[in-house]
Amino acid sequence: MSDDDLDLSSLDDAELVEQMHEDLYDGMADEIIEGTQILLERGWGPQRVLNEALVEGMRIVGVDFRDGILFVPEVLLSANAMKGGMALLRPLLAETGVKQVGKVVIGTVKGDIHDIGKNLVAMMLEGAGFEVVDIGINIDVQAYLAALEEHQPDILGMSALLTTTMPYMKVVIDELTARGLRDRYIVLVGGAPLNEEFGAAIGADAYCRDAAVAAETAQTLIRARRDLATAV
Amino acid sequence: MTSPLRSEPGRTGRVLVLACGALARELSIVSAQSGLDHLDLQYLPAGLHNTPRLIPAAVEERLVAARDQYDEIFVGYGDCGTGGLLDTVLERHGVQRLPGSHCYEFFTGSAAFAELHDAEPTTFYLTDFLVRQFDRLVWRGLGLDRWPQLLGDYFGNYTRLVYLSQFPTPRLLAEAEQAADQLGLRFEHLPVGTGDVEPVLLQLGRRPLQAVPT
Repeated sequence: MSDDDLDLSSLDDAELVEQMHEDLYDGMADEIIEGTQILLERGWGPQRVLNEALVEGMRIVGVDFRDGILFVPEVLLSANAMKGGMALLRPLLAETGVKQVGKVVIGTVKGDIHDIGKNLVAMMLEGAGFEVVDIGINIDVQAYLAALEEHQPDILGMSALLTTTMPYMKVVIDELTARGLRDRYIVLVGGAPLNEEFGAAIGADAYCRDAAVAAETAQTLIRARRDLATAV
Repeated sequence: MTSPLRSEPGRTGRVLVLACGALARELSIVSAQSGLDHLDLQYLPAGLHNTPRLIPAAVEERLVAARDQYDEIFVGYGDCGTGGLLDTVLERHGVQRLPGSHCYEFFTGSAAFAELHDAEPTTFYLTDFLVRQFDRLVWRGLGLDRWPQLLGDYFGNYTRLVYLSQFPTPRLLAEAEQAADQLGLRFEHLPVGTGDVEPVLLQLGRRPLQAVPT
């Protein structure tokens, strides 16, 4: 229940979705779970709940984070609220057998244990319809290669928060190139000290400045790759 | 890199050290103890530590404003999370900075810090400044005063807190240990002093500088 004891079930669908956007913005996990449940009970499919209530709500959060209106703690609260809704939707989405947009292996590079950004990216990618294999933190090149071999993803995502660890992304990309594997994967990189020039210099396909951009970029690049494959 | 501005006949003989406010106490002490009267110390807000993207532009603005008043300017920052963008600014102005990536590294020394970090990458570091400002910059800065439930999101992967002290006192030690308790981390104290700061300051305005290690 919201602070002012708003009864979510009394709202019509449009009002409820709008309220859920506000509750996501305010990081109110219990209200997001309740709202998700109500929409499902009203016959909404899990994909629609995900797209219209949760992903759209997080998109608004992402825009305000980018604009300096929200800060990391608020975004974390929103993400934790979204996780509550996702936990309800995930098994239902699996049951529907909807084809995933693509598969992503994602991890924080060797020597770096920061995962707030990576976790946000993983969540937004999942919300965008990707199957996400999160291989964790402090990942060395052998562990990346093993995960790529095991999961055969379309996309490799690498994250780093430290100036000292971000060069390791190039180590991974160079190893992929040396093994003739580089072209198999779309490589996305991100993290606070990175920028577009760095992403280009190390041979990544794209630098993603935040989680929302990562999800948009992943969708764009995977579509382009498939269009290219169809055209030839 | 172009050469930094150098003292020439008829010029001021003054050197500006433009530094992070987090280093104010250490630079003042080293400068006073070593009799570096030709150095003027100026600081940018230490709060930039939490928004490294803003550092390069803030430093450049101050460089441009001050460069005609000094024979030489030196920047008291590491890379400090700018991902090389601070170095791009400094190269443009022919100005050098402290060696290494951040204050933990130039206080400890690059090789020693690498060894320390490699031994346990799940380490959170505090300096004297960060111990003093722990509540403002870390605890409240991360919103943990309002949302303590986020502690695991921020520090769930960490295992220890190392206090890299410059001028430790019993009070600072107690506060550092208290910080470790608050974060749920194992506490260690490593007295490192001011590391690379003093030898770098001693060179300023006196002889050609070494190239900035990157």
